[in-house]
Amino acid sequence: MGITRRRFLTWMGAAAGSQVAVVDRSRAAGNRQFPGHPESFGVLHDVTRCIGCRRCEAACQEVNELPQPERPFDDLSVLEEQRRTAAGTYTVVNRFEGATGPVFVKVQCNHCLEPACASACFVKAFQKEKSGAVSYNADVCVGCRYCMIACPFNIPTYEYDNAFSPRVQKCTLCQPRIENGLLPGCVLSCPKEALTFGLRKQLLHIARNRITRNPARYVDHIYGEHEMGGTSWLYISGTAFKETGMREDLGTTAAGELTAGPLGAVPIVVGLWPVLLTGIWAIGKRKEQIADSERRRAVTEAEQKARQATEAQLAQLKQQMNKEKETAVKQAVQNALEQAASAAPAEAVPGSEENAAKEET
Amino acid sequence: MSQQTSAHGKRLLSPFNVVTGCILLVGLVLTAMRFLGGLGTVTNLDDNNPWGVWIGFDLLCGVALAAGGYVTSAACYIFGLKRYHSAVRPAILTAFLGYALVVFALHYDVGRPWRLPYPIFVSQGTTSLLFEVGLCVFLYLTVLFIEYTPAALEWLGWRRARNIVVRMTLVLTIFGVVLSTLHQSSLGALFLIAPSKLHPLWYSGYLPVYFFVSSLFAGMSMVIFEGTLAHRYLHDKMDRTHLEESEGVVLGFGKAAAFVLAGYFFIKIIGIAVDDSWHHLVTGWGAWFLVELIGFVALPAFAYALGVRERNQRLIRVTAIWTVIGVMLNRLNISLVAFNYHLPSSQRYVPSWMEIATSIFIVTLGIVIYRFITTRMPILYEHPEYRTEH
Repeated sequence: MGITRRRFLTWMGAAAGSQVAVVDRSRAAGNRQFPGHPESFGVLHDVTRCIGCRRCEAACQEVNELPQPERPFDDLSVLEEQRRTAAGTYTVVNRFEGATGPVFVKVQCNHCLEPACASACFVKAFQKEKSGAVSYNADVCVGCRYCMIACPFNIPTYEYDNAFSPRVQKCTLCQPRIENGLLPGCVLSCPKEALTFGLRKQLLHIARNRITRNPARYVDHIYGEHEMGGTSWLYISGTAFKETGMREDLGTTAAGELTAGPLGAVPIVVGLWPVLLTGIWAIGKRKEQIADSERRRAVTEAEQKARQATEAQLAQLKQQMNKEKETAVKQAVQNALEQAASAAPAEAVPGSEENAAKEET
Repeated sequence: MSQQTSAHGKRLLSPFNVVTGCILLVGLVLTAMRFLGGLGTVTNLDDNNPWGVWIGFDLLCGVALAAGGYVTSAACYIFGLKRYHSAVRPAILTAFLGYALVVFALHYDVGRPWRLPYPIFVSQGTTSLLFEVGLCVFLYLTVLFIEYTPAALEWLGWRRARNIVVRMTLVLTIFGVVLSTLHQSSLGALFLIAPSKLHPLWYSGYLPVYFFVSSLFAGMSMVIFEGTLAHRYLHDKMDRTHLEESEGVVLGFGKAAAFVLAGYFFIKIIGIAVDDSWHHLVTGWGAWFLVELIGFVALPAFAYALGVRERNQRLIRVTAIWTVIGVMLNRLNISLVAFNYHLPSSQRYVPSWMEIATSIFIVTLGIVIYRFITTRMPILYEHPEYRTEH
């Protein structure tokens, strides 16, 4: 089977396609932005409509099969103190005193677009689902509770009293119900339509519309549109959010970006440190070697010099000794000659005297 | 050596043994409570304060104070400062024990400790700085174990295996420095994800750098401090080289620590300038911050420098303890004191006595094991058969 024209073109197309994909990815890496999954759901909580009936709490307990609380859900005296989510309680409603009477705010997981818990989890137990829900997988959770440190909204809770299979607990956005085409329990149960379920995109429109149509009723701020990179739960309210227990100083940076820098430095350290450290070691080693060889050379030179000096001295000494010996011999010869001359006087005596004088100079 | 051991055996009811025994006993009871009843039985942790002293002290302080291992081995084998050679083995041993105990302590803190290998072997959460910490600590513990083995192998008399390990020294040291750089800094970077919870004076984009740099002088100070302890209690185990070099180690490490502390002081100031947090300095939190920065960074730096100039061993040794306390203060400030600073005091975390007792139990365990090893293996002295090497 040879390469047909059609097959060749398919290959070319695939190659071109992959190239486009690569280019896309490189651009994305340069200036990464994640506006959220396009068709993801969310809930709009209109704080001005909430009457604090706690039916959402009851519905949440029911659909998630959570343990029954100590005080029943119709006991509204619970609202007298501020509560937070807890193991077995995915959502709570808190009451605040506003300018025109009580204000009720529902608290639950906000299902961030780029969740801090998911970024922090070292076993990928948290996942941002296409539906918008941030899901939790207890099957891999080690229980380090870094997600609870990371969450800017203080939502995840832990089963501290469970010795053998403690889990992190938090709202699931009723992901299983959404998959079956059902509304989240809390939304379904709300008698005042303070909760609206829908596509996050559309919820933003609705929220914006309500604020525009009724500027006196609302603060001009959709909480969750940008907070910590945006959340799937959105809030509009007539009271400043910071007066109802919601922090306005969280900033708009997604949690993952806060740690991206140090994480990016890891491969650089892994790549560069060995080079740097080996370099330092090698420089030290080389210096040691050079110092060693210089020392050795200096020693050899010194030895050589010493030897030369000794040799020179020795030579001088030898010369001197030779000279002395010669003089002694000559002296002896002269003495002998003198003795011979005195025994038989001749003309040779002055000549020999001259010779001796020459030797001495 | 064996005489010493039997002498210890005879003095079974020495004060040290009695106190240690009591602590270990309490620790075992608490361990049973923790693992049978869950975290809630022994800790004051709650949903707002998921990390307590077991992370703040056992993990953060433990890792910082075990930095002596990589600092000393790098000084000796990479920077070629051979005169610190006798300090390497005790430093490696304390580092190894330190990290082993950190991992041991983590078993108490995490909800399902039998899953601690999960991040490496089952589901890798690579976007997490805790993943990086976990991976590095796991690898570094392995490296430290290998670096420690020559002492054990000499003790056992396994010459060939010992020589193989010794030949890997340089590679192991470099690997150790890389891993230490990464996880020391990552422990600081853990808190980068929570700018809304950590007080702005302690929160900084430079947290990873701060943690790494402070681990340097934490390590140096711990080497001096441990040397002081060993001199007092294990003097008979030290050989002449160790005793002769120890003064040089104290002076050299003291000098280095003075410089690094000074550098750290300045980068802390730079951090405040970059975030423009000056106005926080005049608040109560600012006063506490200055106690840490002036009282436990600037002053120790000065005291170290003075001690080195006057060759005052005593001052340097005292400053080492001072610096160690300062590093612990810093780690506890970041993980516990200045963390959740915005919460009302009724919602703040105060450790239960059982959490603290468990931490003391783990530290005691470390001391007992250290004593066991140093009284038997060639840590503070060189094995006579290998003395001529290096």
